[in-house]
Amino acid sequence: MVFSTIRNERIRLPFFLRYYRDLGVNHFVFVDNDSTDGSREYLAAQPDVSMWHSKASYKRSRFGMDWINFLLAKHGHGHWTLCVDPDEFFVYPFCDTRPLRALTDWLDASSIKSFSAMLLDMYPKGPIDARPYVEGQDPLEITQYFDSGNYTVSRNRRFGNLWIQGGPRARLFFGDLPERAPALNKVPLVRWSRDFAYVSSTHMLLPRGLNLVYDEWGGEKASGCLLHAKFLDTFAAKADEEMSRNQHYAASHEYKAYKAGLSRHPELWCRWSEKYINWRQLEILGLMSKGNWA
Amino acid sequence: MTTVGFVMLCHTALERAAQVARHWSERDCPVVIHVDKRVEKWNYDRLRADLSDLSNVRFSARHACEWGTWGLVAATQDAAEMMLAEFPAVRHVYLASGSCLPLRPVADLVAYLDQRPRTDFIESVTTEDVGWTVGGLDFERFTLRFPFSWRKQRMLFDIYVGLQRQVGFRRRVPDGLVPHLGSQWWCLTRQTLSAILEGPDRAANDRYFRRVWIPDESYFQTLVRQVSSNVESRSLTLSKFDFQGKPHIFYDDHLQLLRRSDCFVARKIWPYATKLYSTFLNDDAEAQAGGEPNPGKIDRLFAKAVERRTKGRAGLYMQSRFPNADWENGKTAAPYSVFQGFADVFENFDTWLGKVTGTRVHGHLFAPDRVHFAGAETIYNGALSDSAKLRDYNPRSFLTNLIWSTRGERQSFQFGPADNQALMWFMALDPHAQISVISGAWALPLFRSNRNFSDIRKEAARLQKLESDFLNVLKLGSTKARVRTWTLAEFVENPMEPLQTIVDEISPRSLRRLTEAPKMVDLSGFGQFLQNLRNQGMQPVLMGDFPAGDDPRPAAARSRRPYLVK
Repeated sequence: MVFSTIRNERIRLPFFLRYYRDLGVNHFVFVDNDSTDGSREYLAAQPDVSMWHSKASYKRSRFGMDWINFLLAKHGHGHWTLCVDPDEFFVYPFCDTRPLRALTDWLDASSIKSFSAMLLDMYPKGPIDARPYVEGQDPLEITQYFDSGNYTVSRNRRFGNLWIQGGPRARLFFGDLPERAPALNKVPLVRWSRDFAYVSSTHMLLPRGLNLVYDEWGGEKASGCLLHAKFLDTFAAKADEEMSRNQHYAASHEYKAYKAGLSRHPELWCRWSEKYINWRQLEILGLMSKGNWA
Repeated sequence: MTTVGFVMLCHTALERAAQVARHWSERDCPVVIHVDKRVEKWNYDRLRADLSDLSNVRFSARHACEWGTWGLVAATQDAAEMMLAEFPAVRHVYLASGSCLPLRPVADLVAYLDQRPRTDFIESVTTEDVGWTVGGLDFERFTLRFPFSWRKQRMLFDIYVGLQRQVGFRRRVPDGLVPHLGSQWWCLTRQTLSAILEGPDRAANDRYFRRVWIPDESYFQTLVRQVSSNVESRSLTLSKFDFQGKPHIFYDDHLQLLRRSDCFVARKIWPYATKLYSTFLNDDAEAQAGGEPNPGKIDRLFAKAVERRTKGRAGLYMQSRFPNADWENGKTAAPYSVFQGFADVFENFDTWLGKVTGTRVHGHLFAPDRVHFAGAETIYNGALSDSAKLRDYNPRSFLTNLIWSTRGERQSFQFGPADNQALMWFMALDPHAQISVISGAWALPLFRSNRNFSDIRKEAARLQKLESDFLNVLKLGSTKARVRTWTLAEFVENPMEPLQTIVDEISPRSLRRLTEAPKMVDLSGFGQFLQNLRNQGMQPVLMGDFPAGDDPRPAAARSRRPYLVK
């Protein structure tokens, strides 16, 4: 089951649904935060979508997490749940040959309850608005590039999770305030129980054991990536909207930084950007791992 | 006609089990199916109905088969007895599970067994020789009692085992039995199997094994040694276990590997591996009679997976690998060189070194203003930024990222007391680091600078303090880096030998004699400069002996480059 919160993401929805249906997801649960672009009507017409609607403040609901936590407890209990935004595309080892069910069966057999997938910011070569996104199109056709090796990792003692930052956003927008750069660690795939809760976005969970998605004794656990196709031509409009709503984390400082940054560097691409090929490439680069799944 | 009969132990994915049973049955191999008692009745009934058209398929009495308990053995015994009694033509009995899949045509297997009519295929090794037991219990599984479930009552299980160890409790192994372990998937001859099942000691043996832990891996494996004269200690079933003792699973993308393995049967197959089932349950595959199973490639694949899970890739820090200190299996991904003072002593040292060693030579990566990448790049491998703030936010990630992203090309960089010192300990404890220090060389830029002397004095005191801290760390016994230090005075006296040593270590294969040293900076007046520092109350100690007024030797030949005299 996929859980997602959306607001005015109509143009992204058709491909999003197709991508996850192809992986074998059989049910979607959406929270619509008062969309005005027809997202709600579109989702209501889908056979495998359940939708909730909220006019309340995104900020006051801890950026949608209160809604999602509630729905997870109510409908996710005992299921494998995947919490992703409409611009996040989950890749995992062997995702080109094995459906999601193969992964969750293997996790079950290995008694693993949570699976990490780091957020990997994808961006186009050239200015981000050079190629307009068309509804239904694979956004990864436009945002083909990513930063392969500039991520900082440290441990968050309080919740036991890793804190990962870096990528193009840290490189270009947070050069002066690295501690403010967005967190990229995510644990989106969890065999849910009503005793669990996401603490801050999908970055960390309670109980703390669920955050132990990394090996501490030198080995590698299996992990995936969330390809983050945020930087499309739709981004500028989104950033404007979010800034005026001021509903995002830490007074939307992130969006302010993007706006300032993008006016200085309209291009995220650099000479060392890697062009995305497949999950095996991400594995070799050390961004994700097969662990002992073979 | 003699043939082979299959005993199948099933508990999940019964539709797949039915498919496989039908495959064997239709090719004249009798099948006896045992279904775990915990499977719901409707599910069991459906399986029976599915296979009701087959005259050589039987269902044996059902037992509850919790992992690691006697139930599995009891189920096997009943089913095997049924097989021997009802199908007199069966010569070999093959024990399989519901998630097994035949990889080669049945005719192949029959022919293979016909050539070896007296051979029992069962992995059976003594407890000293196994390395794969779960929970670390090998011989003790025969001598302790295990009333608690390992899966559901792990805590009680562990406590009870500990308790028995403490009080020295031991069960007696029955006379004449030598405990053996092995894969539970075997193929035994009628003679052997009936000798085990009908032997006079059966009741006593059963009583004993009922309380052994994981008897399905030891009952037949032990008893076969009593009755068979021809044991081939290997399983005909390809079944691989990972480091937690759970079986590896095969998926559609393993098709080619499985096909080339030439094994007869593989487990476990993922129930939704449609392509595997449709391919291998099809008799079109050409029979290659007599071919020996050759699972080498699959063995390597899974061995690598286990190694990745337990040891990981050295020098990689990421979302699912973040080793605790000293558990890294390599703090960094590859060797690198750190040069302290060399860029102060020589002009264009980095260019020279890059040329001589053919490696990447950076400037001061940890300089306070920015990261000085080679070639004055503002962004480097892996899209590393030259921002000092980003680097100082997590210097360790910065260095390990750089070394990781440039695997295959050795990195060297300049370092000095004016740089960020956060990684002092990290580098000192890293066996991949080659650290060469010319102590006191930091005074040279000060000497040539156009600053007020009081500022110079203050800065000199600061740098001297930082460098001696670094040197103290490098001198510790716990240091793992390859460290070489010279005082400035020592070094300028004879620069070629140290340079040769360092270069040889960086590129051992070249073994080229250095003929030309880089150009040394002008040192005339440096002795006096040091004396002035002393006169102002600062004691420069790290550069060694530079008598005031008497300039160091190479300075006399400063216009020429020093050449090595062979």
